[in-house]
Order: sequence, then structure tokens, then C-alpha cells
Amino acid sequence: MTEDVVMKTRGYTLFYGGFKALNDITMDIPVNSITAIIGPSGCGKSSLIRSFNRMNDLIVDSRVEGTILVDDEDIYSKDVVELRKKVGMVFQRPNPFPKSIFDNVAYGPRIHGTRDRSKLAAIVEKSLRDSALWDEVKDDLDKSALSLSGGQQQRLCIARALAVEPEVILMDEPASALDPVATLKIEELMEKLKRKYTIVVVTHNMQQAARVSDYTAFLLTDVDRAGNLIEFGRTSEIFTKPVDKRTEDYISGRFG
Amino acid sequence: MKLRTVKQHMAFSAMWVACGLTLAILLVVIGYVMIKGFALINLDFFLTSPRGGLSGEGGIASTIIATVYLVITTLVFATPLGVGAGIFLVEYADSISSRFVKKLVASARFGVETLAGVPSIIFGLFGYALFVTALHFGFSILSAALAGTCLVIPVIIRTTEEALKAVPMSYREASLAIGAGKWETVWKVVLPSAVRGISTGIVLSAGRIVSETAIFYVTLGGSYRTPTSLMSSGRTMALHVYYLAMETRAFDKALATAAVLVVLIILLNLVINTVSRWLSR
Repeated sequence: MTEDVVMKTRGYTLFYGGFKALNDITMDIPVNSITAIIGPSGCGKSSLIRSFNRMNDLIVDSRVEGTILVDDEDIYSKDVVELRKKVGMVFQRPNPFPKSIFDNVAYGPRIHGTRDRSKLAAIVEKSLRDSALWDEVKDDLDKSALSLSGGQQQRLCIARALAVEPEVILMDEPASALDPVATLKIEELMEKLKRKYTIVVVTHNMQQAARVSDYTAFLLTDVDRAGNLIEFGRTSEIFTKPVDKRTEDYISGRFG
Repeated sequence: MKLRTVKQHMAFSAMWVACGLTLAILLVVIGYVMIKGFALINLDFFLTSPRGGLSGEGGIASTIIATVYLVITTLVFATPLGVGAGIFLVEYADSISSRFVKKLVASARFGVETLAGVPSIIFGLFGYALFVTALHFGFSILSAALAGTCLVIPVIIRTTEEALKAVPMSYREASLAIGAGKWETVWKVVLPSAVRGISTGIVLSAGRIVSETAIFYVTLGGSYRTPTSLMSSGRTMALHVYYLAMETRAFDKALATAAVLVVLIILLNLVINTVSRWLSR
């Protein structure tokens, strides 16, 4: 591939205690694109996406071999706070804080040292505009985030991630808890966001992967139940002429 | 079919009777104390201090002050310790992988559970031996507050733990994923969501201090004078009830003081409900 690469995994292997969850993953995530991670349940999709911002550190007894590079820097050699500022995350279920809409978006900037009220207000407005939520909430910024609908909450979570100006946004099945209309909005938003950010998305929904992503990574468990990267490439190629037989079986719906 | 209906009715009736009886007993006790007690209560009763002696002259002014003084002092000691320990147990202890620390934490948890069931007089004896005698604090608000701290800390730790466990994991993940540190996450996201449960534990502890007697009998002493410093001896309202009933002829005044205590406890419970409703908005 000739594109610029923002994140690389190199022989990345993840253990939870004695259990190997991911085995020897090597792939490149191109910049300003959407990369979808697909595969059947339990194949390690979430484990892989949670590796990019070291969220797996939270699991006691987790251990890694190999490494992941962001902007050619080993993520395990740099400060985890800096890493997570650079690599933001949106979760499967919308998880706004029980605070006002404004405070939700301002949370990150405040943590990272922005105190000035007018600066914060500017960041909040920009983030909400970028997440296509501004017009719906601009008069209710002091309202509780929990009063929003599920789809709005998820876009608020995206705004909260954007507010610290990340380079990469990880999305772990961001639309799986949403209705079709809200899902469509999130997908449109992803299209828009990739101009400025690099997006990695885990999805269960093959149509979604085909619709929104530029690249696709297909994971599958081996005999030891460890997730392996079976195939990685342009989405158009993976979905039309997959190289591996297992990829073809999966995308044609023969299992999973 | 018929038999099942009969069984159903019998079970319901039994529960109704049990419920009614419980309520009746409660009403009789509180009613007796209130009716007998309020007969004697007037403004003077609140404004004058006991004068000591066999006849139980005077009101309860100094005991109200001693009670408030002791509650506040105890909570000043117990709240940071108890809440801190609760936070550590829930937010930090499990992420430590050292086997030694794990064992330590497990025994701390066991200790908290055990302490919660220890009779208050045991804490009193401990307080008497350590604070009153060995550390020379004497019978004082300080000794009593330290012993009281031992008594209520398990309550505060456990309510704090419960409150923190009820905060969804997803809040913590969201905060950490933005680059917040562990402490920032606890301070800015987890604690604000748990404050309702935690404050319930604190008010509950206040109620415990107000109502306990034995532990303060051996640590606070029983002086009926108004406490003026941490080193003053004193007499809480509950202790005053005991003294009046056992060592004076003024049993009616014991009932009057008891009536005030009951009202106070009811008020504290109302505070718990209001505070938690207000904080959970």
C-alpha cells in the first residue's frame, strides 16, 4: 500500500492471563480512511480495537507481545494519557456522563488543562458541529446529557471524543444499540469525519462495513480460540474477490 | 384449584397480620414515649441544662450541645477515613496484581464485615483502654469521637462501596478513554455519581452516634455540664436518658428526653430521604 499509515500493529499478541485472545496481528491503518474490523462473535474484534488506545490495560493480568505503533511511536513506550488524547474512542452503548451536554464535551479539554470559559465554549460548539449535533442541542447545552435520545447521546459521545482533537477515532460497534435512522446518521457522520480523522470501526454488520469502510480487516479464531488476522485489504476487494476461502465464506454469510 | 386459592388467602392473611403487628408494636412504643414525654416538654426544657442530683432537676440544653459536638467531631474523623477506604477497595484494590496486597485487601474486607457486627460496648472498652487511659485523653469528646469513629467506619465504608459499585463501568471507561487519569476519573465522574449513596451512609452514621449509649458511657463519661473543648467530658441525649432512668427519680424526664431523641432520629431519616432525592436529580 502506498498511502500514509497512521497506526501499525507488528506481531501484536494479546493475553488475558493464560488465554491468548489475539495472535500475531500485523496490519497498517491508512490515514484519513475508515477501517472496518469484522469477524464472528468472540474473534477478538473488540480486544483488537481496545488495544490501539491501551484500554486493555484495565484488565488485570492482560499482557502483550509484539507492538503497536502510532505515528511510528511505540504506544507502550509513551504516556498512556498522551496516547488516549491522540486516539479517541466511542463505545458500543452511548455512555455520556450524567452531566450537562456542555460539561460532557468540555470534560476532555478541561482534563487536559483548558480553563478559559470562552475557549471551552468555542471547543464545545466546534465539536458539536463536527458531530452533527449542534443544531439539535445549541439551546439546551445546560440540559442533562441523559435527556437526549440514544442516537443523540452517541453523537454527543463522538463530540466528546473530538473535543480533545484526536488523530484517530476508535468506534466499537457504535451503532449496534441504535435504530436504523440513528445508525444512518452515524454512518454519514463517519464519512464526513474521515476527511479530518482516521477511523477504525468494529462492526457486526457486514452491510455496514461494506457501506462505510475503505479498508477491511477480517478476524477469525484459530483452534486455540485466539483471534487471527485472516485478511486485510481494500473493502472493495475484500467484498468482491477475497483471497482467503474463509473470508469468502464469512462475507457470503456461510457462518458467523 | 380451590385449595390453592385457600392457601393463597392464608398466606396473604398471615403476612397482613405480621405487618400489622409490627406496625402496632412500633406505634405503641413511640406513642407511649411521645405522650408521656411531651407532657413535660416546654421551651425551658430545651434551654436549661441538667443540674444533677437525685431529683433530676433541669432540662437538656447541655446534652443537646454535647450530642451535636460529638456527632460533628466523629464525622470529621470517620468520613474521610471511611470514604477513602471505600474508594480504595472499589477503585484501586482490584487492579493491584501483587499477591500480598490481594491477601491484605481480602482480610481488610473481612475485617470491615466483622467490625460491622461488633457490639458497640466492645468499641467502648477498646476506646476506654486506648484513648481514655493509655493516651490520657480522659473521658472526653475526643476519646468518644475516636471510639465512635471505629464504630461507624464500617458503615461508611460499606455504603461507600455499594454506592461506587452502582456507578456504571462505562462512565469510567469513557473518562479514561479521553485521557483522564485514574484519580481524575474517580474525582470528576465516579464520586459525583455516587455522592447520594455516600451521603446516606454519613447521615446513617450520625444517627448511630445519636442513638448509641454503652460506647459513650465508657469514653465520654457523664458530666452534665456543657462541653467547652475536645477534652471536655459530656453527656449525649441518649446517655442522659440512661442516667435519668437509672440514677435519678425523674423517670418522666427520661421519657421526655427520649421523646426528643425519637423526633431527632425521625428528622435524620427524613434528611436522608430528602438529601438522596435532591442529589439524584
